[in-house]
Amino acid sequence: MNVAEAKRMNVAHHFDDWEQQYESCVLGMWVFIVTEVMFFGGVFAIYMVYRVNYPDAFAQASRQLDETLGTFNTFALLSSSLTMALAVRAAHLGRSRQAGLLIVLTMILGTLFLGVKFYEYHHKYEQGLMPLLGLPLNFNGPAEELGPTRLFYGLYFVMTGIHAVHMILGIAILALFISPALRGRYDGGNFLSVEIVGLYWHFVDLVWIFLFPLLYLVDRSH
Amino acid sequence: MSTVAEPKPISAALPEGQPRNYLNTSYTVKSWLFTVDHKRIAILYLLGVTLFFFLGGAAAVLFRLELMTPQADLVESETYNKLFTLHGIIMIFFFLVPSIPAVLGNFLLPLMIGARDLAFPRLNLLSWYLFMIGGVFTLYVTVAGGVDTGWTFYTPYSSTYSNTYVMATAVGIFITGFSSILTGLNFIVTTHKMRAPGLTWFRLPLFVWAHYATSLIFVLGTPVLAITLLLVALERGLGIGIFDPKLGGDPILFQHLFWFYSHPAVYIMVLPAMGVQSEIIAAFSRNRIFGYRFVAYASLAIAVLGFLVWGHHMFVSGQSLYAGMIFSILSLLIAIPSAIKVFNWTATLHRGSITFQTPMLYALGFIGLFTVGGLTGLFLSAMGIDVHVHDTYFVVAHFHYIMVGSAVMAYLGGIHYWWPKMTGRMYPEGWGRFSAVLVFVGFNLTFFPQFILGYLGMPRRYHVYDDGFQVLNVMSSAGASILGIAYLFPFTYLLWSLKYGKRASANPWNAVGLEWTTPSPPPKHNFAQTPIVTWEAYEYPCSNPDEVPSVDNE
Repeated sequence: MNVAEAKRMNVAHHFDDWEQQYESCVLGMWVFIVTEVMFFGGVFAIYMVYRVNYPDAFAQASRQLDETLGTFNTFALLSSSLTMALAVRAAHLGRSRQAGLLIVLTMILGTLFLGVKFYEYHHKYEQGLMPLLGLPLNFNGPAEELGPTRLFYGLYFVMTGIHAVHMILGIAILALFISPALRGRYDGGNFLSVEIVGLYWHFVDLVWIFLFPLLYLVDRSH
Repeated sequence: MSTVAEPKPISAALPEGQPRNYLNTSYTVKSWLFTVDHKRIAILYLLGVTLFFFLGGAAAVLFRLELMTPQADLVESETYNKLFTLHGIIMIFFFLVPSIPAVLGNFLLPLMIGARDLAFPRLNLLSWYLFMIGGVFTLYVTVAGGVDTGWTFYTPYSSTYSNTYVMATAVGIFITGFSSILTGLNFIVTTHKMRAPGLTWFRLPLFVWAHYATSLIFVLGTPVLAITLLLVALERGLGIGIFDPKLGGDPILFQHLFWFYSHPAVYIMVLPAMGVQSEIIAAFSRNRIFGYRFVAYASLAIAVLGFLVWGHHMFVSGQSLYAGMIFSILSLLIAIPSAIKVFNWTATLHRGSITFQTPMLYALGFIGLFTVGGLTGLFLSAMGIDVHVHDTYFVVAHFHYIMVGSAVMAYLGGIHYWWPKMTGRMYPEGWGRFSAVLVFVGFNLTFFPQFILGYLGMPRRYHVYDDGFQVLNVMSSAGASILGIAYLFPFTYLLWSLKYGKRASANPWNAVGLEWTTPSPPPKHNFAQTPIVTWEAYEYPCSNPDEVPSVDNE
């Protein structure tokens, strides 16, 4: 099956041609990413307000986070973006099986990230730094910083938690691509869906690129 | 062979020569619940929002009854709080926000731009399911015991103190929000990518421009509401403390985030109404919309400015005086694009050949009511007056003039205008005109006294009030009962018309616009051939000066 024919066969009934379908789907994903930016933007705005109001408490609390694990996770996620980009490239070139393998690699790196994340969560729980559900906060600083410190950890769990939910969804969606990819579904110009899921994956990575310094690297130079 | 195998009941249901359309291609429940046809999804939405409209209306009837007397006699304080909360939540999130975009927009946008469907038909169906799932949460809350925070969910009351069903309500609105986002996403992509050849941006009907602007607010504003309500729910569930002053959290921050969505949400309700308005005014004055480009750009200006004015809800919440001044000035600026629209509709009437069918009555009513609502909005955006009338019935009257007087009037006008296209039947014109006038009278009787009440100082959200306010409250309640009955008329005769109404021609109003070039009701894929557009929008007879009908002065 040649490229032109593959394109013709994969056009939904309400589109005129493949180009229109392609442009619509890519634009649709970008619009969705805009809504996601606004969604995360809400918590980023809240973070900013409290960071400005309570700079010392935030800097202190941030130092309790494990920057080594955070750095490791940053590399894991950036690598997954690379493998995702390569998967999209493979789909563009019509190498379906290769795309499938790269997607599996992307999922492995994403799962690695989540594993480390949940290890960190568990560690914070053991340290008494998870002030959720009425759990006590292990804190011996000045009394007026107790509240802001709890706020920091609250924000830490909410922001990384929402990000983790996006990762889990991303991995689940990627899983749907494996079997079609290995069966050659993306041979011959049918790369649209891989490209779309790639956009989403890169966006989720990009959120982490902002979360990592905001949460782990506050005022570390002092 | 396939003609022989065709199931009998379907062909029997089709009268001789009746062509296939989106309604009669199949009749099974499954064919409706799994449809990806934008027209059928619009009908599904129509059923949903109608249900919620009457539910929200019932709550209003109950508390207007309670307000007939200054004492508490019908309901207790807690019940009263739950009633107005329910009324607000249902009417805003489950009626006004989806009403015009999801019903009329869904049905008409592809037809108006010469497309076979929206860009993402399955997302469109998903958005209806999300809407209904969110609705089920709200119904559950209603049955289980209600919620009493007001539709605004102000913290820390909602996050810490209220012991009603805040979490379930927030989750319901969160889910419904995604239905709005998907609708907006679909409209944006469809408008960009699916226009028929020759249909440039400035040949689009203003209805499409208005929905494009609305969709921008959907995708930019709704996610902020989603995260805000999610945080309220997490605060209640996990105790993270973001809005809890005991931990240094800031309850006012909630108000900022909430109004960042909820002020633009007002424009989600009124911009599509303005789009409907442009179509109806042009069709029934047989005239091109005066200053087409200004009206189109005004929609975008309202959408953009709408995001910069949320602070005018918080003049008395302790924000700085300077912030208040900036928000005040920006709020006053919104009057400019709004006034452009009102003046241009009025100018469209000039030298037009006006007829007063039902949709036009609603549209003319809209102009008057929107003007009152808009001008009182200027009162409220001026800080000096707002501090005086803040949280009084003046505010209640103002936003009902916009949200009911404008948005619901346009919705009803639009439903009547496109009813022949949607159903293939004409509604009874006499009943239509009678109801339109009754709605106008009932509406003004309900809400005009509330301006006076508010100015005299009656606060909103109380069910016990000073004896001196009773006369005006009785007037308002009397108006509400007229309004309630006036809404039941269209509900009844529109249903009646489905069976007994006169069959509609493809273009009963002699209107221009691609949607009128299809049969009524349209076939499943809208256009047998993609139309090629070579004409400008609103090419009505009066828009050509040579063709102005000779004006006989009587």
